[in-house]
Amino acid sequence: MPEMQKLHRAIDEITEIASGFGLDFYPMRYEICPADIIYTFGAYGMPTRFSHWSFGKQFHKMKLQYDLGLSQIYELVINSNPCYAFLLDTNSLIQNKLIIAHVLAHCDFFKNNVRFSNTRRDMVESMTATAERITKYELIHGKEEVEKFLDAVLAIQEHIDPSIIRPRLNENDVEDDEEEVFSSRKSPYDDLWGLDEQENNAQVPHQKRKKIPPSPEKDLLLFILENSRELEEWQRDILTMIREEMLYFWPQLETKIMNEGWASYWHQRIIREMDLTTDETIEFATLNAGVVQPSKTSINPYYLGLKIFEDIEKRYNDPTEEMIRFGAEPNRGREKMFEVREVESDISFIRNYLTKDLVQREDLYLFEKKGSNYTITTKEYETVRDQLVSMRVNGGFPYIVVENGDYLRNGELFLVHKYEETELDLHYLEHVLPYIYQLWGRIVHLQTYSDKKEVVFSYDGKKVYRRFV
Amino acid sequence: MEMNENPKDQFVISQENWSLHRKGHQDQKRHMDKVKDAIRNNLPDLVSEENIVMSNGREVIKIPIRSLDEYKIRYNYDKSKHVGQGDGDSEVGDVVARDGSQGKNAAGQGKKAGDQPGQDFYEAEVSMAEIEEALFKELELPNLAQKEQAEITTDKIEFNDVRKKGLIGNIDKKRTILTAIRRNAMKGKAEIAPFHNDDLRFKTWNDVTKPESKAVVLAMMDTSASMGTFEKYIARSFFFWMTKFLRSKYGSVDIEFIGHHTEAKVLTEEDFFSKGESGGTICSSAYLKALELIKQKYSPTRYNIYPFHFSDGENMSSDNPKCIQLVNELMAVSNMFGYGEVNAYSRYSTLMSTYKKIDHPKFRHYILKENRDVYFALKSFFKNEVEQL
Repeated sequence: MPEMQKLHRAIDEITEIASGFGLDFYPMRYEICPADIIYTFGAYGMPTRFSHWSFGKQFHKMKLQYDLGLSQIYELVINSNPCYAFLLDTNSLIQNKLIIAHVLAHCDFFKNNVRFSNTRRDMVESMTATAERITKYELIHGKEEVEKFLDAVLAIQEHIDPSIIRPRLNENDVEDDEEEVFSSRKSPYDDLWGLDEQENNAQVPHQKRKKIPPSPEKDLLLFILENSRELEEWQRDILTMIREEMLYFWPQLETKIMNEGWASYWHQRIIREMDLTTDETIEFATLNAGVVQPSKTSINPYYLGLKIFEDIEKRYNDPTEEMIRFGAEPNRGREKMFEVREVESDISFIRNYLTKDLVQREDLYLFEKKGSNYTITTKEYETVRDQLVSMRVNGGFPYIVVENGDYLRNGELFLVHKYEETELDLHYLEHVLPYIYQLWGRIVHLQTYSDKKEVVFSYDGKKVYRRFV
Repeated sequence: MEMNENPKDQFVISQENWSLHRKGHQDQKRHMDKVKDAIRNNLPDLVSEENIVMSNGREVIKIPIRSLDEYKIRYNYDKSKHVGQGDGDSEVGDVVARDGSQGKNAAGQGKKAGDQPGQDFYEAEVSMAEIEEALFKELELPNLAQKEQAEITTDKIEFNDVRKKGLIGNIDKKRTILTAIRRNAMKGKAEIAPFHNDDLRFKTWNDVTKPESKAVVLAMMDTSASMGTFEKYIARSFFFWMTKFLRSKYGSVDIEFIGHHTEAKVLTEEDFFSKGESGGTICSSAYLKALELIKQKYSPTRYNIYPFHFSDGENMSSDNPKCIQLVNELMAVSNMFGYGEVNAYSRYSTLMSTYKKIDHPKFRHYILKENRDVYFALKSFFKNEVEQL
């Protein structure tokens, strides 16, 4: 198999160059597979994930694009140890070289970026187990029943709390808290439990019920898991597993720009070190241009991330006097890049390293819908940067918290959207509320803003109501 | 760490047989099934969908099928600010995209498609065939009609046999040559020449008796001024689907348009649905015209006849008894008679109160109040009521 030998030799060489540059990755497992399979994995995010029609829809979409020749090159790499990377069996050797260099940098990022420090590296096996359990539940409770439940959970799966260090109250804490309130026992830690509440308690000591949750809870999935009276054991199990999977995927959502920028930077550097034929050089240039192509109507994370990393390298190789005053030393560009890839996530990456100069050089702008056109509204540096940052807050999802799990003392669920200038898709919201109701079993409310006015949406099992406050 | 190791030990390449890995296809099928379900559940809306009816059933229609969206709590794309990137000369006020072009831009970019919430809008492409399949599954020719269908026959000749003797003009060249080659091959040489008389093969015919399946729809409609755009659209949708449905059941289906106010004429399809005329309404005129057409062109021995009348129900009261009499005459020669009344506000209708009294298995009527009722009317007219007979 000469093709296989060539590939083997190429991987040898790329691995050696990458290690020489200081990239630090897990042992690699390269799987060569047909398009069907690679797009299946792409759609599911993981080869072993459970079945759901929404993945099938995604698979169909990706496959269609592939068949239409819209996305001929596709890199798929799994954050695990060993690290799995998938190569399309129709890839040319140079396509494989690019992808291999690219995924080695991704793997280095998975292994070293702090956001990933808590992710489970055995997720491949864990997701296999999850898929098996869900299949088992399908046998017991019926496919329809399980699908109905999965539909509901997947609709809110992003609403978890992915903080690396999570100051959580576990059940024991809550009970302690309760005891505290009812017995009014003084302890040295009283002041930790919120002074306002203490005052209220003093006024109406015995009517006050325990507040659930004690402070607004970001982890909607966890809150439902622990407090819903509606769920059966198998449903709690599925909820737990999907939350685990989301926690695993979350760092990838928060570091999209960095991670792709890092990988694009390195595939270029590594390929540059290799002896390519003229044909390969041309093909590589074409492929590379396709990957790191800027877009008028969105941010290409590959391109923007690459530009920021290149800018960091340049500026820290050749620091300004001001930078030197703050301790920078010349020719430390690479070193700085490695530090950045370790400690930042997209938000801090953009805030700290997207300079005014870069925004202007790259011709970044803000646009919004005016009438039936999407029009450029500003090119001002800070506004553009701050908008980029705010788009990356919470992985790009609206920030929702549980305000009250016993609203109106009737066990109703009251959610609050932490509104920051961007309104929700209300049509979608009206369809999500029934899902939350399905999981909670009682009336569900969500407070947000529409046309700059505060509004509460409620769903009572039959109909969605909206009420301006 | 692993830095000291030989890099060759740091990786494995494998190529497995993935042919049994069908998960993506299975879930894709599940999704497609859901699309089909959604079509079925949305039939009342799809059937009266203007895109379809007015474009005369163009092949593929884009229809937003809501139940296939994966609903999330997400931002409103059109009310958000977004970041984009120019070629270096962008200016405030430049238009970067227009309404509707957003999706297209994204699709061309491959990798990034779907990154933005606004672009995740899902429209199912539904082909005419899919809607027809779903709709026609729910419709049935009334039992009576099927019986009559079998009675109509024609004698035809069909060239469906091959013999050794025949008219030289009917020679089957292919078979003749094959026979010659085969015979020559048995003697050692697989060649065409020489031909023997015995090699000749002729196509020949048999007489066959086939059930003839022809139908005609006699579409009658009140074109008086009281029938507005809405009423006419309803009738149009109904006739559109009805004709399509009958075509799936019969070899050929003709349709005649009879418009009437105080008198009736045969109209072109366009005139039938677009022209309005002033004046009162005498429905019997249309029925007379229909009977006349049947006598002239559509003999009941050869055609399955479907007279359908759409009206808003405002008929001159004095005409009603005559209507009943003519409807009975029509039913005698037809497979069924349908009366659809477009009556959005539940007005009192003289015609309907008369027709309600007709108790005949061939007579069906339905009141349509809104677009969606076209579907329910179709279902009501085309169902098998065998148990009632």
